[in-house]
Amino acid sequence: MTTANFPLPIPNLDNQVFWDNCREHRLVLRRCNDCQESFHPPKPTCPLCSSENLEWVASEGKGKVYTYTITRQPVNPAFRERLPWGIVDVELTEGVHMISNLVDLDPEQIEIGMDVEVVFERVSEEITLPKFRAV
Amino acid sequence: MNTLKDRCAIVGVGETKYTRDSGRTELSMAVEAAKNAIADAGLTTADIDGMVRFTADSTSHSELAAGLGIPWLRYYSELGPLGGAACGLVAQAALAVSHGMANNVLVFRSVNGRSGQRYGSGVVTTRRGQKGSAFTEPYGLLVPGQSSALRIRRHMHEFGTTVRQLGAVCVTFRKHACMNPRAIMHGRPITLEDYETSKMFFDPLRIFDCALEADGACAFVVSSAEAAADMKQPPVLISNATQCMPAEQGRSERGWDDSGGARMAPELFGGAGITPQDIDVIGFYDHFSPVIITKLEDYGFCPRGEGGPFVEEGRIEAGAELPVNTSGGHLSEAYMQGMNQIIEVVRQLRHRSYAQVEDAEFGLVDSGDGSGALVLRR
Repeated sequence: MTTANFPLPIPNLDNQVFWDNCREHRLVLRRCNDCQESFHPPKPTCPLCSSENLEWVASEGKGKVYTYTITRQPVNPAFRERLPWGIVDVELTEGVHMISNLVDLDPEQIEIGMDVEVVFERVSEEITLPKFRAV
Repeated sequence: MNTLKDRCAIVGVGETKYTRDSGRTELSMAVEAAKNAIADAGLTTADIDGMVRFTADSTSHSELAAGLGIPWLRYYSELGPLGGAACGLVAQAALAVSHGMANNVLVFRSVNGRSGQRYGSGVVTTRRGQKGSAFTEPYGLLVPGQSSALRIRRHMHEFGTTVRQLGAVCVTFRKHACMNPRAIMHGRPITLEDYETSKMFFDPLRIFDCALEADGACAFVVSSAEAAADMKQPPVLISNATQCMPAEQGRSERGWDDSGGARMAPELFGGAGITPQDIDVIGFYDHFSPVIITKLEDYGFCPRGEGGPFVEEGRIEAGAELPVNTSGGHLSEAYMQGMNQIIEVVRQLRHRSYAQVEDAEFGLVDSGDGSGALVLRR
């Protein structure tokens, strides 16, 4: 429940399937059947070619830390109990980027290029967040 | 083709005092800044027949018109998002004037950004947990400084950019603020050592890397170049004005290394009939210090990856080859969402800045990431 004070996702018709799969501990991506590119976050059309011919595909759930930052001041009440707070941008093997947090790791140990894999953190009955851990 | 080229001018500029606690309403500050701008141009409030504003502003066109005793506006417009508005508003004002929809358009911004709602606190978001932010905010990515930190950390990784180079930006702008009595940080110089020991906010960004939230108002008047020739001040011509909108990117998608400056530069400079080498002075939208390094690269003032050494060598200081943010900018004068940068570059081109660039002829100003820019000329 570590993210209880951060805003929780409010699923909509464009991304409900993503959140439904997270609840089942599956990471899925939107993939375009016309240009063959995967993308994230889910949208109703491909951000590269505008195609509506999309499918949901399973992600391998593996990637590398592309960049990160560590928040060290309680700029907002949600941070008060959880500093220092690490935020990572993970580049998945499918080429898409995902903002997330690393679990079971001191934020001071985060490095660019670190290999990570997805884990799932249940934060409410409806919402399970994909997070990552170092491998 | 740039049909705006040199057809309009910024003829008057005005500000209130910049403070941390104005003790006034935003409407009252807007009226003061507007009156100052109108008087600076040698006009009267009756001459103002158009008005453009930030969508984020709490002061409406009709409120400010009433505050100035103007019964009727022939033209009005507004622009969001927050950081992207200032240069695009100049474009709208120039379009209106050059097409006869108005003669003298007032552009304004008034905000209690320190004593009122603070943008750096993350409480001002419009899509909390919804749409794109459903994929960032649950992870604690809530304020713009965190995104700036993510972006510069990658730049450091790829190009060897250092925290001392960020510090050089902050120390330089503070030095400029110390030359400018209007700056909130006037009289408070900092050293690189002060920088390196200051409070860390969004690692690697420290408090000095972040815009100085402030209370105040800015305004200016856009008129035709023809009319400007007979007005009180030396006209500052609008050689080009862009109003652009990058597709949603960054954050959880590709694009950390893609800002709008590189896309705008060819059209912006080409339309003004100049190259980056013709620019004498710059007002960059410095909501965070890293953007100075990346914008120098994006607009073509140095090769990609060399923005860090460029600032560390002192090349953006007043008196050096390419002075940037000579009033102290958002980091050390006041965070007025790009409006104070426009006003300072106008002063430079009138040759009346406290940190005057000798013989300044061309100035560049931009708004938040890729959303608009101006080439101004004396």
